This record gives sequence, C-alpha cells and structure tokens, in this order.
Amino acid sequence: MEHYLNLAIKAIFVENLALAFFLGMCSFLACSKKVNTALGLGAAVIFVQSVTVPINNVIYNRLLDEGALSWISPQLAGQDLSFLGFLCYIGTIAAMVQIVEMTLDRFFPALYAALGVFLPLIAVNCAILGGSLFMVERTYTLTESAVFGLGSGIGWAMAIVALASIRERLHYSNIPMSLRGLGMTFVLSGLMAIGFMAFGGIQL
Amino acid sequence: MSAAYRKTLLDPLFESNPIALQVLGICSALAVTSKMETALVMCVAVICVLALSNVSISLLRNFIPGNVRIIVQLTIIASLVIITDQVLKAYVYEISKQLSVFVGLIITNCIIMGRAEAYAMQNGPLDSLLDGLGNGLGYSTVLMLTAFFREVLAQGTVFGQVVLPKVSDGGWYNPNGILGIPAGAFFLIGFFIWALRVWKTDQIEAEG
Repeated sequence: MEHYLNLAIKAIFVENLALAFFLGMCSFLACSKKVNTALGLGAAVIFVQSVTVPINNVIYNRLLDEGALSWISPQLAGQDLSFLGFLCYIGTIAAMVQIVEMTLDRFFPALYAALGVFLPLIAVNCAILGGSLFMVERTYTLTESAVFGLGSGIGWAMAIVALASIRERLHYSNIPMSLRGLGMTFVLSGLMAIGFMAFGGIQL
Repeated sequence: MSAAYRKTLLDPLFESNPIALQVLGICSALAVTSKMETALVMCVAVICVLALSNVSISLLRNFIPGNVRIIVQLTIIASLVIITDQVLKAYVYEISKQLSVFVGLIITNCIIMGRAEAYAMQNGPLDSLLDGLGNGLGYSTVLMLTAFFREVLAQGTVFGQVVLPKVSDGGWYNPNGILGIPAGAFFLIGFFIWALRVWKTDQIEAEG
C-alpha cells in the first residue's frame, strides 16, 4: 500500500507531467485562460489518463511484449511485436477520447461547448500518450499503472488549474505589450516549474 | 522557385512560426533542448516526419472520408514515427536512448497534426511538401536557438565542445544552472517570443 501511495505522490508532484516533463503543453498554454475551462479539461484528462494507461498496460503485456503472446499458444512465444506499440496506444487513446466526447455531449452539454475543439485534441495531448510510454519504459505492473495513470492525470489537472488562476489575476498587471499572452504564460510556467522542484526527492 | 513557393517555405520561419505564433509542438521543444546534439536529432526526425506525412496525407486527401480523417491521419503519422524510431535505434542508439519517450511523442506533436489538418487536407502534394519543410525548419530554428543558449550557459559547451571553460575544470566560466533545468527552457522560449514580437509587432495578442 505504501508503495502505491509513494508512486501516486511521485506522479502528482515530483514528476508532474506538465511541469517536470513538459507534456501536454499545447493545451496547457492554450486552455488556461479561464479557471472553468481549465477545470473541465483537467477532469477530462484525469479520466482519459486513468483509463488508457491500464488498458495500454494490458495491451503491452498480453499482446506486444516479447513472449507476451505465449498465452495463446507456445509457438508464439518468440514473437516480439513491441514495434507496433505506438499504433496500438494511439488507437486506444483515440477510442477513449471519442467515448468521453459522446458522454460529455449527452450529459454535460455546457462543459462540452466550453471545451470545444480541445476535447478531440486530448487525443493528441502528449500527456496522455506520454503517460502510456512512461508506463512501458518503467515496466509498471497493472496496479502500478492504474495508480500512475490516476496520479499523473491529477498532477496535470492541478497544474493547469493553478496556471489558469494565476492568469486570471494577470489582467490587473501591467505587462510589456510584446510579452503579453503567450510570452508571459511561458515565463509563468517556468516559475511554476521552479516551485514544483521543491517537491524533488520527497519519499514517503 | 516561384514567389508563392518561397512564401510557403519561408513564412513559417518567423512570420508564422509554429512554436511562437501557432502554439504548436511546444512539449518536445522544451524537453529535448538541454543539449544541442539531441535537439538536432529531434529536429531532423520532426522535419522528416512532417514533410512525409504532409505529402502522404495530401496525396490521399480526396480518398479520406471526413468523419474518420483524424484516425486516418494518426495512423499515417504513427507509421512514419515507427519507421523513424526504428531508424534512430539502428543508427544512433545512444541518442535515441536519451530522447526516450520523446520520439514516440512526435505522433502527438501538434505541429504534425495541425499542418495535416490545416494545410495538407486542402493543398496539393508539392505545396504540402514545402509547407512541411518550412514548418519543420521554423520549429528547428526555435529548438536549436534554445538548445544553443541552454547548452552554452549551463555547461559551457557547444555540441559537446568546450567553448567556455568551467570554473570546476580550472577555467573562468561559472555555469548558470537554472538553464539546465526544465524551467530555464520556459524562460528562454518566453523571451524568444518577446523578442520576436518586439520585432514583428503585428503578432502581439490583443487581449493579455
């Protein structure tokens, strides 16, 4: 249990996908103008992330890894399909995003309208694919990958909500004309990344 | 080369830079820029994938049904990235290890999807090739500039060659550690955008 708690804390704070690995930056910067939009997108990312990482874990361990096919028949034990990984992960992600999109459209039309074009773009949000790739690279088990998926999703959502809150405050500050908008957002994210470094090395 | 082609090829360098103006492909721009060598390999990989995916999507654009186009585009891009990944693993294994997941993340690099969707779906193969090359070069400009400053200021080297001897090695340069960490990349790109918009004032955003 302690192991999983440690893993979750690490995924949320220490190895925050947005601020330590720069994943999902496009929507991180583009969707953080208002706290409400950021909250919605964050929730969608948490959901998609915590579903896709375990699914991709099963796909990798049961279908793609070297010897993974041996549960079908011993003759297939020598097959190594891991080079097809990218295609499978992105397929799972695209399908999941489609499901989230349909659910939101049906039950939360206001949120659906607010997220607009960025909902389908979760499919190409690198935080999601990155989560799956890190899971493979670090050889997580199924439970570990579920914890990691949930944790990293929460971490990303937290970062974007924090950034959006700061940006709402920025309306009152006097920033040089050319630095307004994107430039200032970059500098802000840099400062936040330094803040998050304070979590480095935390062990439970 | 006619003026229209030149415009397609060179506009993305500064006029409509994918990173600074279109907000595309930022993730990898920040993550692989701590060394120039990795940044260069990443640039070459992205330019190849971008040009090839633009051409192939442009060739297929009349056969792709509108409602499944995202999946089709992703499949084409993912296949090209798989090829790139295998080539990198075969020829520059060390660097491909350092790039770790970021080669795979070219699939979700928004530049590639963005250009496929915004340009290749409407234009012919030759135009799309130039557009792909141009946007790839615009991306590379920002990437190489960032990598140059990060490597020189944080480690005193360019492409691994010492140009500013460090104090710890008996030289005079006191390395600036902040550029070696992730945050440094954010500041550099932020300042790059600032400089670009001081130069080209029409890129300033109306509302801050």
